[in-house]
Amino acid sequence: MSAPVITKVDETPAVTSLRRKDLLGISDMAADEITLVLDTAEAMKEIGSRPIKKVPALRGKTVVNLFFEPSTRTRTSFEIAEKRLSADTLNIAIASSSVVKGETLADTALNLEAMQPDMIVLRHSSSGACHLLSRICRSAIINAGDGMHEHPTQALLDAFTIRERKKRLEGLKVAIVGDLLHSRVLRSNIHLLTKMGADVWVCGPPTLIPTDIRRFGVRATSRVDEAVADADVIMLLRIQLERMEGAFFPSLREYFNVFGMTEARLRLAKPDVIIMHPGPMNRGVEIASEVADGPYSVILDQVANGVAVRMAVLYLLAGGAEHETAA
Amino acid sequence: MKRLLKGGRVIDPVNGIDGVHDVLIDGDRIAAVGRDLPADGASVVEIPGDLVVCPGFIDMHVHLREPGQEHKETVASGTASAVAGGFTAVACMPNTIPVNDNANVTAYILSKATEANLARVHPIGAVSRESKGELLADIAELKGAGCVAITDDGHPVKTALLMRRAMEYAGMFGMPVIEHCEDPSLKGDGVAHEGYMAATLGLRGMPGACEALGVERGILLSELTGSAFHVAHMSARASLRAVRKGKEAGLRVTCEVAPHHFTLTDEALGSPIPYDTNTKMNPPLREAADRDAMLSGIADGSVDVIATDHAPHHYDEKKVEFDRAPFGIVGLETAVPLSLDRLVHSGRIRLPRLVELLSVNPSRILNLAGGSLSIGAPADVTIIAPELRVRIDASRLRSRSKNTPFDGWDLRGGVAATLVGGRPVFVNPEARLAL
Repeated sequence: MSAPVITKVDETPAVTSLRRKDLLGISDMAADEITLVLDTAEAMKEIGSRPIKKVPALRGKTVVNLFFEPSTRTRTSFEIAEKRLSADTLNIAIASSSVVKGETLADTALNLEAMQPDMIVLRHSSSGACHLLSRICRSAIINAGDGMHEHPTQALLDAFTIRERKKRLEGLKVAIVGDLLHSRVLRSNIHLLTKMGADVWVCGPPTLIPTDIRRFGVRATSRVDEAVADADVIMLLRIQLERMEGAFFPSLREYFNVFGMTEARLRLAKPDVIIMHPGPMNRGVEIASEVADGPYSVILDQVANGVAVRMAVLYLLAGGAEHETAA
Repeated sequence: MKRLLKGGRVIDPVNGIDGVHDVLIDGDRIAAVGRDLPADGASVVEIPGDLVVCPGFIDMHVHLREPGQEHKETVASGTASAVAGGFTAVACMPNTIPVNDNANVTAYILSKATEANLARVHPIGAVSRESKGELLADIAELKGAGCVAITDDGHPVKTALLMRRAMEYAGMFGMPVIEHCEDPSLKGDGVAHEGYMAATLGLRGMPGACEALGVERGILLSELTGSAFHVAHMSARASLRAVRKGKEAGLRVTCEVAPHHFTLTDEALGSPIPYDTNTKMNPPLREAADRDAMLSGIADGSVDVIATDHAPHHYDEKKVEFDRAPFGIVGLETAVPLSLDRLVHSGRIRLPRLVELLSVNPSRILNLAGGSLSIGAPADVTIIAPELRVRIDASRLRSRSKNTPFDGWDLRGGVAATLVGGRPVFVNPEARLAL
């Protein structure tokens, strides 16, 4: 995958597509590619406000949503995005797939490939599952979350939401608090925000901070007050109950007392701070309900923007305006 | 019949030989080593001056997979791979199906080795029945059937108490206990070295401390029992530190390092092929500081042996998600090129030291007859070509499995020929050698 070649002819961008086959993660995306997605998403968001929310951009394209993990938000968001672009969509969830009969991921993918879809949106519990598919499939692979690795469209919609509110990403202090170790959302967000020049702080108990996290170009702390101080953006990550069994922390109650985002902690941040959460939320664990439902929360904006950002990704991977001209 | 290997550099550290010599083989034994030996009716093989004649290399850590997993490897295919890689003997791990925890399995493996008639095969028996870590295997019976050591490789011996008993009991026969050093709770469901790469790729990690804990336990128990303890496939710098301290204290501890652990780091998990399951092994590829520690341990003598942990897996088993793939790579046919390229040509060690690592020391640790070109010793000879340019081609490996991360690598140094019991069992067509 090479970085896109952005050339300007008479100030008109000549390139309106992502010059890549797949979207596997943010880590190999260039800043101008990210900007292209975010700019395109703005136009896509407008489509969602029309009385007839449909454009023919992906007419005749087949998109398979292949989900090996339960997901409501992401799968629905992709499906709505695909439908608004007039793609033919197909959802395959693990319970109804042949994986339960012992078929390998590679064989499942090759069988789908034989039916000639144009894109496969993959959600899988194994990190690197999208890379495996990318190597064996002709279709474009869009990563909808792979294990603890990446969730690129989530990071893109987060960035879109931040940019919508703050008009920029560069120079903002973004504090990400929660289970950093197991979070693909964290990894994608770190890659994206550091590429775009934000000042990223991550915070959680030491048991849930990945090794060598500082090499990602972020500041890491277990003191939540330090992370939150003067923050422009606070992003909370889900704490899963089962982590208690792994002795990552003693109890949800103690987690909330030490790291939970309360109104009191919020006061340390900038007055116009925004609160984000990729969902699903555990109220009273990583976030107090008053914060989740309060005026600083943009959590539902994130969900709304998810559709626009995924439309942009689908559109750009399919060839963008170049494809439309050709068709 | 008699065969005279005429010329070539002969390196036989046990006998203090390093120079241009002739080696006379009579039948399956070494008859003489010296300058300008008379042909005296022997068939003469001219050894070009750039080749090196060594006592046969011994890989003391190999998975031959037979019985039970013949789709991965058989004794025949594994020993074909061994001789092509310059090994005249291999010691095979007991994690077959069924486990080599009794004389029948040992006898079966040995019968297959006799049938194949390539490399010598020295089975290693299980410490515990079915390697379950509960009851001791019949160790005297295993010894009687031909096992040269015991291990529950694949897993550490379950408890310190069982390890203590195994050491005490095996010590009675002078057999070393070989340990896959690992603290299972710290390993958890780790699939990669715990570090920056695992964090980046979102893979569950296992830290070097996980291995070092097992090493420390073994060394302490070796001190307690007075028995020999051998650390298998050492990869972590903390493990090396523990081994050095044990050796300084005069304890009977030895260790081996695999070529992938002195060549690669966990960076290989990310490129050139992200999530390449041929970079997944246990212990995992570790960070640069660990790899560099292994290199320094090899150079300063702290590391006793280079062993491959040859672990064949069918491509179906490896063509899956990274965390679902089995651990292990094949190593028999890449070990000598990697060792010559990465250790000798890089200037870290000289050839005599390499011969110690590949022949003398494994022979000594396992109490085998090889490891030297002494008169009367088995005529197991490895002839290497240090300047041969080698390109690793996975599809052409003799092993039944092709799971190597070194496919396409260009390396300097290879194997010219392998003789077992005086009989050429492999001759590299690339080497100018008329055997």
